[in-house]
Amino acid sequence: MLLEYFQMIDRITNVDLEEKVMLAQSTVPEESTVFEGHFPGHPLVPGVLMIETMAQCSGILIMHTIDFTKIPLLAGVKEGKLRDFVGPRTALEIKAEIEHEGSGFAVTRAEIRSQGKRVANAQLTFTIMPFPSEELQGMIKQQVADMKKQPA
Amino acid sequence: MSTFDKVADIISETSEIPREEITPDSHTIDDLGIDSLDFLDIVFAIDKEFGIKIPLEAWTQEVNDGKASTEEYFVMKNLVAKIDELIAAKA
Repeated sequence: MLLEYFQMIDRITNVDLEEKVMLAQSTVPEESTVFEGHFPGHPLVPGVLMIETMAQCSGILIMHTIDFTKIPLLAGVKEGKLRDFVGPRTALEIKAEIEHEGSGFAVTRAEIRSQGKRVANAQLTFTIMPFPSEELQGMIKQQVADMKKQPA
Repeated sequence: MSTFDKVADIISETSEIPREEITPDSHTIDDLGIDSLDFLDIVFAIDKEFGIKIPLEAWTQEVNDGKASTEEYFVMKNLVAKIDELIAAKA
């Protein structure tokens, strides 16, 4: 997990296209420039980055269902709950599930757990757009492939 | 309850538009002022309510390509007629 680069997912542990569920893991880094401001002497992962983590897990799942032909972009957050503080070195389990596949959009439910306890959850809406460039499409496909190879 | 009433209720609840302002001749964008994100929420709710998949991408493409007017898809009575067609096709 590299907060400064919005790399929120370390590894993908399972993608189930029949159930339309994806599981992933991340560990919050010991240090980050984000923690210098949030908050000095009391490092906490900002809630927006917890939402982003669930959005990335959801987005990668959606891309799997459409064979990486388009890119899902976060358009809405509903029932977003940040249930506990998350600090450095915390191991996170992220789960995303597709609730609805619409025409040009998708709705997911996602959650993050730490040591089995749910620390965040939300319903997320995505618009599904053409990739702005083949270069970005290739880069994202490679990043996802790398996430699947990461050792636990 | 008619399809129109169900759709109008969904729009009213999703977009906080007073139910009485939604008539068969209301243009969902021009008259009711529904923006694209609220429209996604509305389509999501309609899809779920009726067990259909509104082909929003195709409709938008047709409008953007000049092959259809926004009235054809986004005036309430026309939208409801399209939804009824999708429900009938599903049966």
